[in-house]
Formats: sequence, C-alpha cells, structure tokens
Amino acid sequence: MPETLLDIKNLKIEATVYPPGEDPHDITIVEGVSVSLEGGKVLGLIGESGAGKSTIGLSAMAYGRGGVRITGGEVTLNGRDILKLGPKALRGLRGREVTYVAQSAAASFNPAKRLMEQVIEATLKHGLCSRSEAEARAVKLFRKLGLPNPETIGSRYPHQVSGGQLQRVMTAMALCPEPSLVIFDEPTTALDVTTQIDVLAAIKEAIRDTGVAALYITHDLAVVAQVSDHILVLRNGNKVEYGPVKQIIEDPHEDYTRALVSVRSIDHEEKKPAEPVLRVDNVTARYKGTNFDVLSNVSVDVAPGQTLAIVGESGSGKSTLARAITGLLPPSAGRITFAGRTLTPDLKTRSIDDLRELQMIYQMADVAMNPRQTVGTIIGRPLEFYFGMRGEEKRKRVQELLDQIEMGKGFIDRYPAELSGGQKQRVCIARALAAKPKLIICDEVTSALDPLVADGILKLLLELQAQEGVAYLFITHDLATVKAIADSIAVMYRGKVVRYGPKTQVLTPPFDDYTDLLLSSVPEMRLGWLEHVIETRKMESAGN
Amino acid sequence: MRRIPLSALIGLFFTALFFITAIFADFIAPYGMAEVVSNSIWDPMSREHLLGTDALGRDMLSRMIYGGQTTIYIATLATALSFTLGSVLGFTAATIGGWIDQALSRLVDLVMSVPSLILALVVLSVMPVSTTILILVMGLLDSTRVFRLSRAVAVDITVMDYVEAARLRGEGTRWIVFREILPNALSPLVAELGLRFIFAVLFISTLSFLGLGVQPPLADWGGIVKENKEGLVYGIPAALVPAVAIAALAISVNLVADWVLNRTTSLKGGRGA
Repeated sequence: MPETLLDIKNLKIEATVYPPGEDPHDITIVEGVSVSLEGGKVLGLIGESGAGKSTIGLSAMAYGRGGVRITGGEVTLNGRDILKLGPKALRGLRGREVTYVAQSAAASFNPAKRLMEQVIEATLKHGLCSRSEAEARAVKLFRKLGLPNPETIGSRYPHQVSGGQLQRVMTAMALCPEPSLVIFDEPTTALDVTTQIDVLAAIKEAIRDTGVAALYITHDLAVVAQVSDHILVLRNGNKVEYGPVKQIIEDPHEDYTRALVSVRSIDHEEKKPAEPVLRVDNVTARYKGTNFDVLSNVSVDVAPGQTLAIVGESGSGKSTLARAITGLLPPSAGRITFAGRTLTPDLKTRSIDDLRELQMIYQMADVAMNPRQTVGTIIGRPLEFYFGMRGEEKRKRVQELLDQIEMGKGFIDRYPAELSGGQKQRVCIARALAAKPKLIICDEVTSALDPLVADGILKLLLELQAQEGVAYLFITHDLATVKAIADSIAVMYRGKVVRYGPKTQVLTPPFDDYTDLLLSSVPEMRLGWLEHVIETRKMESAGN
Repeated sequence: MRRIPLSALIGLFFTALFFITAIFADFIAPYGMAEVVSNSIWDPMSREHLLGTDALGRDMLSRMIYGGQTTIYIATLATALSFTLGSVLGFTAATIGGWIDQALSRLVDLVMSVPSLILALVVLSVMPVSTTILILVMGLLDSTRVFRLSRAVAVDITVMDYVEAARLRGEGTRWIVFREILPNALSPLVAELGLRFIFAVLFISTLSFLGLGVQPPLADWGGIVKENKEGLVYGIPAALVPAVAIAALAISVNLVADWVLNRTTSLKGGRGA
C-alpha cells in the first residue's frame, strides 16, 4: 500500500477584496475541498479561471498569494500538518520538500543571472549538497529533460534560450532539490502548440524517472489527461468531480465535466467555394527599419459569408497579415482587393466604406475597449461615425445589437471593467457588427478565454455569420477552433502560406512536414495520445 | 461615496482658505496693499496689526493677503498655460509620432537641458517685467515637463488595441487625443497638476526674491520675504511669515493632489483597486 504523501482536508481559503466604491470585504475562494495524493503519483487540477486551482495548488506549500489566507482545513504533507508550521519550518519545506513551476518562465527567471546559478540556488540554500554535486544533478536533469547541450546550457542567460527550453530549465530547477512534490502551474499554457508537446513529454518523463509526486494545474483537459493519474475538476472554488483520469475522460459523472470533455465539438459543414469578397494577391510586407520580410508572397481568398482560418505558431506572420489587410502595415508588394475594389495600401487613404466594411476583433478584449467608455458608447460610436445615428435612434440600435450578442438589457451603461471576459469579447463583436461589415478579421479572439466561454463565442460567431452573411478571416493557433469554424484554411509558417485550400482538403493527408507537425501536436482528449505521437515521431525520424 | 480621509480634509480646508482669501483679498484685507500704517518698522504683533508691520511700516497681514493673491494668480495661470500647452502637444506628439514627435521632443530636451531658473533669469532680464510676461515665461518653461509626462503616458496608451480600433474606424487625431487618450491619462496628469502648481508657486517666489519677478510695490510672497529678510539679522521674524505661507500652501495642495490621485485611480475602469 503506497503511502499518502499529500492530504488536503476540507480546505477553506478566503481573500479580502477592495471593490471600488464599496467597503472591503472577505470572499471565499475555495471551500470544502478534500483530496489526497500518493507518493509518485500525479494529480491534475482542472477548471476555468477563478476556479481556485492555483490557489489550491499553492496551499500544498502552505502559501497564499497576496491577500489570500488559508482559513480552514488541514494540509498534511509527509505526515505533518503544514498549515501549523511556523515561518522557519515553512522555509525549510518550500523549495526542498515542495517545489513550484510557474506558467511564465520568462517572467520567473532573473535575467541578470546565469541559468545554472538559478537552477541550483534552492538546493544550495537548503544545504542539500555541495555546489559541484548540485551542478552535476542539474546537468543530469537537463539531459533528462532533453535540453540541447546539457553540459553548457547552464552557463547561458535566460534570454539566450527559447521559451520552451526555459520552461524545461525551470522544471529542472524544481526537480534539483529532489523534492517529494512538485506543483506545475500551467507550465505549457504560454507555449506554442508545437513546443508544448515537447515540454509536456519532457515533464512526463522526468516525473516518471524521478518518482516525484506532482500537482499539475491547467485549464486544458486534453493536456492534463496526458500526464495525470487522477483528476480533480474544480469550479468556483468547489470540487465538482474527482476520479482516475480514465473515468473522468471516458465516463464523466457530472454535467460540468461532460461539458469540459466535449468542448470544441461544434460541427461545422464546409460551404462551397464562391467568388471572393477579399482577395490577397502576392502580398509581401516588412516592418519599418528591418530587412526581413514578415510576409512573403501571401495569396489567400475569403468568400462572402464564409470563414478562412489562418493557422500557425507565434511568429508565423498571421497577425501581420491582418495588419497588412487593414492597412496598419502597408505591404511593400502585392495587391489586396476587397468587395471588387482595390484597397490602397495605407489605412489613411482608404475610403470610409472600405474602413466600415472591414472590421476587426482582437485577442485581448480588455485592451480593445476604452476602459473609460460605457458599453453604449463603445458600440454606439461606429453607428454615430458611419451612419450618423444619434440619441434615441442610436440607443435603440445598440440595444438591438446587445440582444443579438445575447447580452440583453442592463449592460448598456456598464463599463468594461464590470464585464466578464466572455462578455467583453461579445461587446467587441457587437462593435464590429455595428458597422455592418462584409468581413471581420478575428485575431485569436478565443485564445484568452476559458474553453467553455470560447465555445460560446464560436457558436455566436457562427450564428451571426448565418444571420448577417459576414465573412471571417479567423486567425488562430488552435486547430480545434479551426475545425469548428473554418470553411477554408491557410497554414502559415515563417511568413509563407505552406498549405491552403478548403477545410477537408487541408486536413486530409498527405500532409507536408509542417502541417503534419502542427496537426499532430494538438492535444487530443484521449489517454495515451502523447506516447502515441512521440512514438510515431521517433519512428518517422528513424525511418528518415 | 467613500469617506474623505483626514489628510485630504486638512489639505482641502487650507487650499480653499488660501484661494478664497486670494479671490476676496480686497474685502478681507484690513488695510491697503501699499498703505503705510505705522511710523515705526517691524512692529510686533498687536490687535491693530495681527502680524505686525513690515520693513516700511505697512500692515503685514494685508501685505500677505494681497501677496497671496498675486502669487496664486500667477501660479494658477502659469500652471493652466503649461498644462494646456504641454498635454495637447504631448498627446499629439505621441499620437502622430514621426518627425513631429521627434522635433517637439528634441526641442523640449533642448529647453530642459538649461536649468529653468537660469533660462527665466536671462529672459526676464531682457524683457520688460510684467505679470503677463511672467505667466508666459513660467507657463512655457513648465510646459516642457508636462509635455514629457503626457507624451510618456500617451505613448503607453496609443499602443492599446482600443486606440488601434479607433484608427481602423477612421477617427481623426482630435477624437483619438480627446476621447481615447485623455480620459485614460487623466489620473497621472491630475497628480502632476498639483505638483506643478506648487512648483509654480515656488518658482514665482524665487524670481521675486531675486528681484526679477513681481515688482514692488505690488506684493507677493517671495517679494515679502525679500523685503523683510534684513530683519532676520535683528531677530525679527517678519520674513518667516510668507515662508510659512508658501510651505503651508505647498503641503495642502499636495495633500489634495494625493487624494485626487487615489480617488481617480479607483474609478470604474481605473488601473488601481
């Protein structure tokens, strides 16, 4: 019988909030959560933002982030209640028995110190071994995590390695003191999908080889399914469901878990090709003061009332294509035709109709709306600007648009800060719709949102497309989203379109190398997917 | 409505007191501004002359009240000028960018590279000294600092997606500056407003003390310090009265500015909590 390593009982966590214009008061973040973890096992914590997963994760080292207090329950680690430990005992615990891997490696490393220095710091501070031994441990871990040049990578600075490598170095840092528990807080969320798979595989292997137990926190059920033994589903600080990974994925008991598992299963029939509303013809663009083409000879079409998805990892030039089309970055060569008219390269010389019929929705709805304007002003401005609507007429139309995005009454006088993430994105959609556009460019509009909320937005976009006949140019790195919404797909890599055509054709083999890599890297919601992909890739490279 | 903190109340009270006294100086002052009321100089405090008399036998309280009027009047107008000019130019430079931004910024660098007191002394020694000229010189010199601040704040805001969205909509520079940037730049600017007003008070006082500011017999606080500084040698504290007034005004305006900054940042959609 394996020993229980971590035992959380009836955990209650509270925080004091300071809402503007109200007296500060306490809110409960987590309540009545109990879970236990055996040595050497991996527990996945999953939930949307605000579910309390990070807060619970950090409670395993008896820590609460700014203003957060653990007010009830017990957290037993290796047989003692760590909530009762004093500061000195906690110092001995943190970074030694329990370690932590943060989401953003780039923000977590000290840019002024070499990697090795930081990786072995905790190990040395705790006096676990001598410097040379610690360095030897680190190099071993670097090798295990598949980092290039494991002997010398430690002498580099954080900015000299890639994001995925940095995340692996941080994992090495967490494993170096040989802890009994590691907390992984969304370690792959900020990475590109093609990088994520490597890091995920490295983490999984390291966990298995070192026999360490882990809490793996993420919002992506498909990811957690690959690394965990058990999964704890959380919502609003409460436990929804707990069980072995196989049961959660294949036979979820709760409705909420079922919704999480079946997310992105929107069915979308591909429409027939038609005469394009937007034609991008051989467009090449570069940023001022550089001698490098961010886009080279890109040609794509968007048919009216249809969706073209532009897929690629970060740096592939997909957002730059949007900037070239909107005129924010005038292309250096090529032609863009829109609704039968040739668009001038520069935004400033475009006619008001060109501007009106080409709208844009952004990734971060927070910063896409002026925080000092109400929803009514934000949606009303295009009405006023393009159609000269004022007063009652404008307000009525704004309300119609709000109804269309399923937000109803009571929102018109609110400020963006008083909306949830999904509602903010809906308001941005309404602002775009207000202009009665022929084409909306959607730049990663769902990637900052929780899966269920993102699903809602995608459904709304599809509905609006059916009602208004608007075309979308949908930029994303998420292939699941693409499958759900696209009629045609363009895969971009380093500023070039490497594969382009109707959806079914692009997603049907034979693939080119890059598309294959991209498609096979998207986590799938089934057990053993990660091993399967890694195995296939090994065989392929051996075959080559 | 949140309760006003004590420090802000004190600041508000004194600031209001100073401004009201300045506005209604003619009704409040017991004697004329330059009226000689005593045959002896530096009379001690008495019932007739609450703050005593000055180096020429004029009523100190009346001098102080009229002096406050001049000082606050000049400082207020100079601050208003520097803010209007500095923020509009700063926002415009940040919004338009390119060579306009470069030209304005380098010009400001040039002006700022010379200490403003020295620059003011040079300008004022060749120009005829009048209140208007004083306000213009102070306002123009101070606007460089406001320009720097508002440009820096606006540069952060212009890269926001909502400004890009406004550009894509086809909005002109005026809408972008006044409707998109200004409301979001307000809280740092308001805090700076208090600070710049205080510096204007100190600046005009310094100029007058050096004899290049407000010219006698017109009273102003810096001038009153200068007129009575000889008394300090004989242990007569008359010069300290305007000094205390300057300090009190500076502190109380600062308290108000702090409070306003705290309040505006917690506005709906503000940055702080």
